[in-house]
Amino acid sequence: MGTEVCELCPVKSIQQAIAMADRGDTIWVKKGTYQEYNLLVDKPLTIIGEDYPVIDGEDQGEVLRIVADSVTIDGLFIINVGTSYTSDHAAIRVVKSSDFVIRNVVLEKLFFGIFLEKSHNGEIYHNRIIGDAKDEYNSGNGIHLWYSNNILISKNIVQGVRDGIYLEFADSITVTENVSRKNLRYGLHFMFSNNDIYTNNEFENNGAGVAVMFSKHIQMYNNLFRDNWGTASFGLLLKEINDLEIENNVFDNNTIAISVEGANRVNYLNNDFKSNGWAIKVRGACYKNLFKGNRFLHNSFDVSYNSRINDNLFEGNYWSKYSGYDLDRDGIGDVPYRPVKLFSYIVNRTPETIVLLRSLFIDILDFSEKVSPVFTPDELVDRHPLINAL
Amino acid sequence: MFKILKYSFYDLARSRWSYIYFLFYLILALVLLFLNNDLSKAVITLMNVIIILVPLIGTIFGVMYYYNSREFTELLLAQPIKRSSIFLGQYLGIALSLSFSLLFGIGIPFVIYGLFNSGAIWDFSLLLLTGVFLTFIFVAIAFTISLNNENKIKGFGYAVLMWLFLAVIYDGIFLMSLVIFEDYPLDKLSLLGTMLNPIDLSRTLILLKLDISALLGYTGAVFKQFFGRQLGLFTSIFVLCLWTVIPVLRILYKARSKDF
Repeated sequence: MGTEVCELCPVKSIQQAIAMADRGDTIWVKKGTYQEYNLLVDKPLTIIGEDYPVIDGEDQGEVLRIVADSVTIDGLFIINVGTSYTSDHAAIRVVKSSDFVIRNVVLEKLFFGIFLEKSHNGEIYHNRIIGDAKDEYNSGNGIHLWYSNNILISKNIVQGVRDGIYLEFADSITVTENVSRKNLRYGLHFMFSNNDIYTNNEFENNGAGVAVMFSKHIQMYNNLFRDNWGTASFGLLLKEINDLEIENNVFDNNTIAISVEGANRVNYLNNDFKSNGWAIKVRGACYKNLFKGNRFLHNSFDVSYNSRINDNLFEGNYWSKYSGYDLDRDGIGDVPYRPVKLFSYIVNRTPETIVLLRSLFIDILDFSEKVSPVFTPDELVDRHPLINAL
Repeated sequence: MFKILKYSFYDLARSRWSYIYFLFYLILALVLLFLNNDLSKAVITLMNVIIILVPLIGTIFGVMYYYNSREFTELLLAQPIKRSSIFLGQYLGIALSLSFSLLFGIGIPFVIYGLFNSGAIWDFSLLLLTGVFLTFIFVAIAFTISLNNENKIKGFGYAVLMWLFLAVIYDGIFLMSLVIFEDYPLDKLSLLGTMLNPIDLSRTLILLKLDISALLGYTGAVFKQFFGRQLGLFTSIFVLCLWTVIPVLRILYKARSKDF
């Protein structure tokens, strides 16, 4: 059974169609513009837009609120979501529901985009969220999850909002093939969210990159972190993280590619760090981390450390600054490589000293430290650096 | 003065050292561009070379030329020519010929590799401008030192020491003072510190243009605010001019009163 909604049909508004529909019905919304807001979907329905009908919220408030299970929203174009600092208006809000699908939706001029609240087992697929946020304090997030589990977030494009994808208390989430760029704060931001998987996403040119905090058992594969460039930007921020796998990611042209603080048992395998200011900046309390098979190419600083204690293992990475030799030609350098420069140690202590970057004195200093390490951690060394960057 | 400038210039233009200097830059730039085709990367590498080598070569050439042409200078002094034009002419002759070696040596390969079609042209112009400034500054300082020292060995020693101080030791002292006073706000101090040394000033100017400023964090914001504006650029160029003019005035003053 289905109901059609269009300007000349018997049913002229979506609100009316929802009120008339029975459980499990499909509502077809034809091309046109509908000035509607505070639409409440309180029964299992499928709402499908044909040729992207525009739902104009006229900045009045929330547009769609889903409070029933098994709701599918497909192909709508929602604009002009109201701004509110007390109730976080969203274009589509899902409350305490499960088995929902939100796909092919385009959101523009929004406050919050897709907001999931205590909802489970859903799918957010192939949506496009284009915000025009100017300031952090009066903008919302693109895809926002709060106390929601088992969600698939896939093939979405999010740009121009505060945080592209935001997860808080969201477990068992799969985030894959999304593009999050030009957001004011974070491209991806998650806290207290465990057992999540992130693959093949692109995080590009965000105000502060990607922040991962207070979470455990996370897997990040094949993601691209690019052009997060600015005085307070980084590609990936790890804070209070346990048991994380970071594999085959590319970090290109970020001010700080990975900033780590209080992260334990993190495996960094086969990642590329290209042309970053700092490739890895360790701020402390990081134990049992493994860096293996990564390629460090032309970063101003490869690894920066602020203490002399080291419990992390660097093994078999490629370092473009490595100047050793390989006499037995087994592809592994015969001389260990020390990735921490004395200058990066000094800069950590007194950030202003970075004005001396690339000065001859600093080169001499680094060279003498390299010959006989005094200030940098003794055992922080890659004993088997690779000769070729595969 | 122009006649003497012309004589000094042609004399140097014919000399082997100018050619060697020219060829050195030519080969350096060619090899750099051959190894990586990226013009803006090559600008960074060249900067490292220029910041150190241009002052060193300017210093050594300046001192060497002064001591070598001493007899010729004495001959000129016997003629009815103003003293200031003799020394100014010689100074400009050597500074110009060194600058030309630099400009052509680096300029030709970059032009061949398509400089005019690339976005790096402004960075590159700034690089050359600072290179020329550094040449003029260090030749002037070298002339001042050699005018003040009759003894060749002493003059050489002082000149090289001066280069060593500005290129290396200054940064060491600068670094130490930043570390010692780390509990205080340092952005003004670091700005002042870079302004006072022509080598540091040139390096900072180029680095900020090459967008390394994001690495500088808060200090970078202060620097970018200062150097990024027209005022900052003009201030830096003004300081570089001061660095040129003060030693030249010193040459003129010394030359007027010196007893040969």
